[in-house]
Amino acid sequence: MGNKNKIFLLIYALIIFTLPAILQNNYHLMVLNVAALNIMVVIGLNLLMGYAGQISLGHAAFFGLGAYLSAIFTATHGVPLWLAMPLAMAIAGIVAYLIAIPTLKLEGHYLVMATLGFNIIIYIVMIQFDAVTGGPSGFAGIPRMQIGGLIFASDRQIYYLFWAISIAVLFFSLNLIHSRVGRAMAALSHNEIAAGCAGVDTEGYKAKIFVISAVLASLAGSLYAHYITFISPGTFSFFYSIQVVTMVLVGGRGSLWGSVFGALLLTLLPEALHAVQEYSVLIYGLILMVVLVFFPRGLFPGIGGLFAKRRTVLPPDSRERPALEKRA
Amino acid sequence: MMLEVTLQGKQTILETREVTLRFGGLEALNGLSFSVTPHQIVSIIGPNGAGKTTLLNAITGVYSPHGGEIFFHGAPISRLKPFQIAALGINRTFQQAQLFSNMSVLQNVMVGMHPKTKAGFLSGALHPPGERIEEKKIRERAERLLAFFGLLPKADWTPGHLSIAEQKRLEISRAMASEPELLLLDEPVAGLNIRETEALGDLIIRLKEQGQTIILVEHNMHLVMGISDWLIVLHHGSKIGEGRPEEMQKDSQVVEAYLGR
Repeated sequence: MGNKNKIFLLIYALIIFTLPAILQNNYHLMVLNVAALNIMVVIGLNLLMGYAGQISLGHAAFFGLGAYLSAIFTATHGVPLWLAMPLAMAIAGIVAYLIAIPTLKLEGHYLVMATLGFNIIIYIVMIQFDAVTGGPSGFAGIPRMQIGGLIFASDRQIYYLFWAISIAVLFFSLNLIHSRVGRAMAALSHNEIAAGCAGVDTEGYKAKIFVISAVLASLAGSLYAHYITFISPGTFSFFYSIQVVTMVLVGGRGSLWGSVFGALLLTLLPEALHAVQEYSVLIYGLILMVVLVFFPRGLFPGIGGLFAKRRTVLPPDSRERPALEKRA
Repeated sequence: MMLEVTLQGKQTILETREVTLRFGGLEALNGLSFSVTPHQIVSIIGPNGAGKTTLLNAITGVYSPHGGEIFFHGAPISRLKPFQIAALGINRTFQQAQLFSNMSVLQNVMVGMHPKTKAGFLSGALHPPGERIEEKKIRERAERLLAFFGLLPKADWTPGHLSIAEQKRLEISRAMASEPELLLLDEPVAGLNIRETEALGDLIIRLKEQGQTIILVEHNMHLVMGISDWLIVLHHGSKIGEGRPEEMQKDSQVVEAYLGR
């Protein structure tokens, strides 16, 4: 990771951790807590979309797997939380791998179909398998987040925890894309045949990235369950999958900072639009349209590009995707 | 002819035995057999559609032959995937340079070192000391290669801003980054002017002098005749002749199929 990224990350962390001092309203904190979780899911999904050239329409299912598995393990079976969460992540990872193996062997976007189907199946299971999941009325009484003896009961406590994890996920992901693996991923997303002939195991990498992104979604799901303490199938429907894909696109495919931006924007925007009530959906849609029409590569690279035009003489194709930066 | 090569007392590095590859009803490669000895420039020539590029695609695992077998150091490789073949020591360039335009020139070469390096996902995310050392090595070797190919001043450029000749050189340096035993060049001078062609020809000779084994697919007869140690002539997916360049110039069948046109 370049020095520029390190400085951005530091500034970002400073802003994030001073914000609670200004925000007195617990509701604002709650919205931001959800945003922190969305950022984790969106970063994972962007690794897949921006670096493996694949799209998943089933990330709500992995998010849901994390939430429900964590809930079932802890509330129903009394498994300690520190064990339940990694267990849920491992299961989500294995499920993702089983989906990836047959679909990623095929050329083209079969993963979209497979994940879409998977999302629908998981959703139906959540509703129908009510002896275990609580069915349509949801799963209540999930134990609160706790580490050691410390129980995270307030939105404020959760804020620090979730954002610390969210920033760590960003940090490790930035590291990853500025590594040997990151270069291989960027290569295969650009030209699979050339990447293969250069020695990159394209199938293997695509599968691994998919697994990582599913595990991140599962982590976010578990955190969500132990925060809200009540989950119901509606949260994990196909619409959430579309929402996170939209966040990736608005932020910019292949730009991890863009993912932070996209997730924050699309999580906070509906809240900000509550004031205009029935027009909120209209304005939300309009903003999305404007972004995708004027910044087809995403807001973050798009706005960056506006500034870059004045600063450098590099012709436009260098900005098509954010080039991996030099490591200092 | 194959016998002659083996009789020269050198081991073969690559051998194709009765390789057949079809696209629908079209036999792109039709029972093709030949072998390549180390430290030579072996050129594959033939009219358009003779199967030259298909052959390179079969050797590098982009296509799987429908019949026959390809041996690299005596081991069959025709069922392997491109990345496995690259790891064994075969690397290539493409007819139209297939560079990663989402990365810098330097990073393109760094990707080329993938088969010779190890760092995985975990060390990518954590950057432990071992990974940093490897990354430094990758960078240094990539810079040395760029220097050799005269591209170091443009290391931070994106490939799209290079001239065609520079793009071709960059692609060769990316292929050389994996330290391949066998380098396959697919029309490296297509689209280059006379001076650029000569310069690239000199580069190819320099690579050979360093011991590099090269299979060259090329239409530029002046270059082919000038630098090749051995010619293999393809026509409609079959070999219609092979030998030293000066012999092939005299071969009536070859001349009729290709050279004489």
